[in-house]
Amino acid sequence: MNVTITLNGETVSHEVEPRRLLVHYIREDAGLTGTHWGCDTSNCGACVVLMDGKPVKSCTILAAMCEGHEIRTVESLERDGRLDPVQEGFYEKHALQCGFCTPGMLMTGRALLDENPDPSEEEIRTAISGGICRCTGYKNIVSAIRWAADQEAATRQEA
Amino acid sequence: MQTPAPFEYERATSVEGAIASLERLGPEARIIAGGHSLLPMMKLRLASPQHLIDINDLSELAYVREDDGMIKIGALTRHVELLDSDLLASHFPLFRDAEEVIADPVVRNRGTIGGSLCQADAAEDLSAVCSAAKAFVVIRGKDGERVVSMEDFHVGPYMTAVGAGEMLTEVRLPLFPGAGSAHEKVERRAGDWAIAAASAAVWIEGGTIAQVGIALSAVGLTTIHLGRAEELLRGKPPSEDLFGQARDIAAEDCSPSADGRGPIDYKRHLAGVLTQRALRRATERALRQEATAA
Repeated sequence: MNVTITLNGETVSHEVEPRRLLVHYIREDAGLTGTHWGCDTSNCGACVVLMDGKPVKSCTILAAMCEGHEIRTVESLERDGRLDPVQEGFYEKHALQCGFCTPGMLMTGRALLDENPDPSEEEIRTAISGGICRCTGYKNIVSAIRWAADQEAATRQEA
Repeated sequence: MQTPAPFEYERATSVEGAIASLERLGPEARIIAGGHSLLPMMKLRLASPQHLIDINDLSELAYVREDDGMIKIGALTRHVELLDSDLLASHFPLFRDAEEVIADPVVRNRGTIGGSLCQADAAEDLSAVCSAAKAFVVIRGKDGERVVSMEDFHVGPYMTAVGAGEMLTEVRLPLFPGAGSAHEKVERRAGDWAIAAASAAVWIEGGTIAQVGIALSAVGLTTIHLGRAEELLRGKPPSEDLFGQARDIAAEDCSPSADGRGPIDYKRHLAGVLTQRALRRATERALRQEATAA
């Protein structure tokens, strides 16, 4: 079947089996390998992308279910050579080691700040509780997202 | 790579259309909504439907509203919407208790109440929540609707009263005065199955428990309706002593199995303690509501 979705603002269309999972559509059909394919059981959160602005686990959604919807992946964060503040925060706060969970954590963090620009540590921890990181112990990821929140608040103040 | 077996896919554009498709395609067709229970089962070949009917476009099934002396919840209402609903939390706070600990926030963006109830996993929270809240579900087929109590809805492990060519469309929570409710769960980490969970709702009138609902998750093959404890409490003034007796009944009437989450005696003990805590908190909330109303 033909599945057409808006992927990072561009319309993409591919002929796939109905059983094609969104994560494989993104990685193999659309060729965007930034989204990671992890546990395959909706536990680890490495495959999180935004569907109409909300974080979802792309290993547990059929590509066919996304026809007509807007999907954003980690590739959409950087704009005109400028990193998203959440990406900058991960760099500044050393929030990744092996990097496998990072695309999911970045998209989850981005979605959180879009909804709640000033999250508490508790709110950040709850938001990322659907992601598993085996390197950092989460502390630096929480700091990174908080760093991005402060950065964005400062930018808003300047504007 | 875990991939479901091949199937045909179609998108429903109306409830009637979805029911007509179920009727036409027969027992090998399944409704898919959030898909966060069905797709993992399909990957493991625990389910191999040959047709999926996607109902995600049926926005007319996504609502929480008060109507006709009831709270009505559409089957396609997602966990995040249940969590955020102040209307639901004001009448049945046990929903918010449960939704804060169901799966994780990302999964809650997709999973629906209809899917959760129809999955009828014994470890699933909303089945116990709806049982305790004395909910009814609306099941629609080509010849119309029927309204079924939660006790009749749960037929067995992963089995419900939803028959061939039918779908669950709405959950109804009748409103009575003096209501208070709570859900208590212990899990190892976000997203894991519960070790045990207990839901309780009480309706207190003139200082006595006029009606009560208690149900347990994850400590048996199905959601456990604690009828014996409900009977004990009904018509009596709430007290710690009474809740202690309900705790003992819960520990006796559940039937957990030993697994990585704990041995049987531990789970029985936990089910009892959670029942007691849920009853205590439900009663506090009922009495607080009463005080505010007065």
